[in-house]
Amino acid sequence: MAEPARKALLELKDLSMSFGGLKVIDGLDLTVNGREVVSVIGPNGAGKTTLFNLITGIYRPDAGEILLEGGSLVGLPPYKITQRGVARTFQTLRLFLNMSVIENVMASQYGRTKVDIVRAMLRTPGMRREEREIRRFAEEKLSFFGQRLMGYRWNQPAYSLSYANRRRLEIARAMATDPKILLLDEPAAGMNPVETHEITELIGQLRDEGGFTILLIEHDMHVVEGISDRVIALDHGVKISEGSFEQVATDPRVVEAYLGTKATVTK
Amino acid sequence: MSDASDTPGVPEPPPEPEAPEAEPGSRIGIDSWVAEADQRRARGRGPLGLAAWGWESAPDSTKLLAFVAIAASLPFWLLKSEGDLFNFGLFTLIFVGLGLGLQVVVGLAGLLDLGYVAFYGIGAYAYALLSSGYYGHHWPAEATLPIAMGAAVIPAAILGFAARRLLGDYLAIVTLFFAQAFLVFTNVTNPTLFGKGITGGANGIPNLDPLTFFGYKLTSTKQLYFFTLGTVVVVAAAIYLANQSRIGRAWRASREDPLAAEVMSIPVNRLKILAFIFGSAVAGLLGAIYAAVSTAAVSTNFNIGVLIILYAIVILGGFGSIAGVFVGAIVINVSFEFLEPQTDYPSFKRWLFYGLIIFVIARLKPWYRAAVILAGTVGFGFAVHAVVAAMAGHAWTTGKPISGAGWLTHWVVIPRLNHGNFDNFLYIGLVLAVMLVASLKGWWRTIALAPTLYLTALVWENVLVTSPGVTALILFGVMLIVLMAIRPQGLLGTSRVEIV
Ligand SMILES: Nc1ncnc2c1ncn2[C@@H]1O[C@H](COP(=O)(O)OP(=O)(O)OP(=O)(O)O)[C@@H](O)[C@H]1O
Ligand SMILES: [Mg+2]
Repeated sequence: MAEPARKALLELKDLSMSFGGLKVIDGLDLTVNGREVVSVIGPNGAGKTTLFNLITGIYRPDAGEILLEGGSLVGLPPYKITQRGVARTFQTLRLFLNMSVIENVMASQYGRTKVDIVRAMLRTPGMRREEREIRRFAEEKLSFFGQRLMGYRWNQPAYSLSYANRRRLEIARAMATDPKILLLDEPAAGMNPVETHEITELIGQLRDEGGFTILLIEHDMHVVEGISDRVIALDHGVKISEGSFEQVATDPRVVEAYLGTKATVTK
Repeated sequence: MSDASDTPGVPEPPPEPEAPEAEPGSRIGIDSWVAEADQRRARGRGPLGLAAWGWESAPDSTKLLAFVAIAASLPFWLLKSEGDLFNFGLFTLIFVGLGLGLQVVVGLAGLLDLGYVAFYGIGAYAYALLSSGYYGHHWPAEATLPIAMGAAVIPAAILGFAARRLLGDYLAIVTLFFAQAFLVFTNVTNPTLFGKGITGGANGIPNLDPLTFFGYKLTSTKQLYFFTLGTVVVVAAAIYLANQSRIGRAWRASREDPLAAEVMSIPVNRLKILAFIFGSAVAGLLGAIYAAVSTAAVSTNFNIGVLIILYAIVILGGFGSIAGVFVGAIVINVSFEFLEPQTDYPSFKRWLFYGLIIFVIARLKPWYRAAVILAGTVGFGFAVHAVVAAMAGHAWTTGKPISGAGWLTHWVVIPRLNHGNFDNFLYIGLVLAVMLVASLKGWWRTIALAPTLYLTALVWENVLVTSPGVTALILFGVMLIVLMAIRPQGLLGTSRVEIV
């Protein structure tokens, strides 16, 4: 799956962020090219989720630049960043629990649709057309998961879903914002081996068939090994290693960072 | 309106997925929803169950049409008299309209707006200033109703924008201050304009014109009723359609999880302000109609008491449920009219009171516990009555219950004369007894319940019946508590689930 002439899609330059006195991200440089799967690994508290929070505008960095296709994202509110083409899932699962499955995936299309409240109340033909398109797009995203989120599940409230299905719905909801880059925060957490295998294949499909660029946080090394074009290891907010999975997993600094949390990075 | 509203929202069976590549060996996860499927689909037994099933499977437009048909027929059979149509019909509709606006703000967008009544009042005063002899303007309603909505929208937009980052409790405080400021402004400040206090102070602005559309005056209660019915239906349909669009989904998403909504491309603050303005416009419209209906704008009609009633409607009907607002408004306005001190339904309140107590006891399980409590309460009462009569003298037990009910005289202790602080001791005793019951468990609780219930009856007969205004509210509160215990999500609300 070698791609010719990859262009930088997302670039982080000398990014820093601290909470109180604690440096959580420290002078981080990172580039993600188009149609690439980049995995971020690192022990608990390394600053991985904080990195996502910075990119999506939930936090504002103390210093540094975040560029999407050359345009700066720093200082934009989260909804504008998402409208520019960055979508994410949450490690802690933040679905709209009391809305139906399909409504979750329809709601996140807000930024790519236009109808205002007056036209909505008048049900103009343009509004109906857009509404049909929203539903079609939502169904398309849900069908990415095969049988898992199909048919009778569409009208269930999101809270009734199993844990693994909630993770899938998080991904579908993020995909429905029609992003250029997907940030997935531990998509395989809480999944059994069969499901983990399935989600690994799915992420590969997202890149190959969906055309997405993916930045992934994952603790499960099977997943990381299975799909990463490139792996980046973080520790205490500092990039300690970067390269192919083999290179990073055998890097002495990475092994050392993991000591105490996990004896070894390799499975 | 109605033909438009049957396309969206009606759950239609989703089409079959196109050839999903089902992995051999992988199981479809079984979750609670699937496990409960049969239970959910089971139709309740009896005519009530059938009705509930019919209601649930009817499309929303049909429900609205059914409501319109029933409401439009009411003036011809149930509410024939002018007074009944006014109190039970017209005011219920006004409450429905107000509840709908509040439902958008509170139920859909999830904003705790305690200033809602101020926008209601602003609409009323706008109508009063433009359509009365007060300043000599007699503008027609086709002009004043939109102006009243605009008059409510402008301060709402300013307040909403100023408070756009405030969520939850802080917004509640800010809006509550606004409501209070509005009351003080209309009641006390009353600045002079063109030689007159602009809001008429405590007396308000009297002698408003009837609603006049293009020269056609709505004077009879029936005309006003039908006009308000039409308005409420249009408002309900508009809110329903907004809710079924991307705007409504964004409102609900922001209510569920503002941070996630923001990250999912929804400008949460802007949408919250939109909901706030939308609700205020509805309140302003209803305020103008209310002013015309009651032919006056007086600031006490827009106080916190009204706000509490409106919240009760929304909570009772169920957060986020449009149909629930109708049910909530009907239940609350009708029971309020019944409980009003001046209406004479002499023993109605007493029946309601004892009925509620027996109803609550009857729901206890197992049945013999309920029987023990009931028998214990009755027995305890006779015993106390006998002891008091023997020890303290007959003056303590020979008072007459208010409005007949002579059958109570041998059970409830009612002193014939005023016995100092007897009433207050009863009250304090009741509070202590309730606290005791709450801290006990098992059979001890059962045993303690009997004297507590008897004490409740004493308080009722000695204190509450003699002050009907308070009683109406207390009874009402008890009713709400009972209803909430049975259906915490409100009558038509779907139960909400929080992250666990
Ligand atoms: N809002 C915040 N305020 C203060 N400290 C924070 C905040 N968010 C994160 N931190 C701290 O920053 C550090 C990095 O947290 P982060 O959530 O980014 O870790 P992580 O790499 O995602 O870990 P995990 O693998 O457990 O998810 C932790 O020490 C955490 O306690
Ligand atoms: Mg994390």
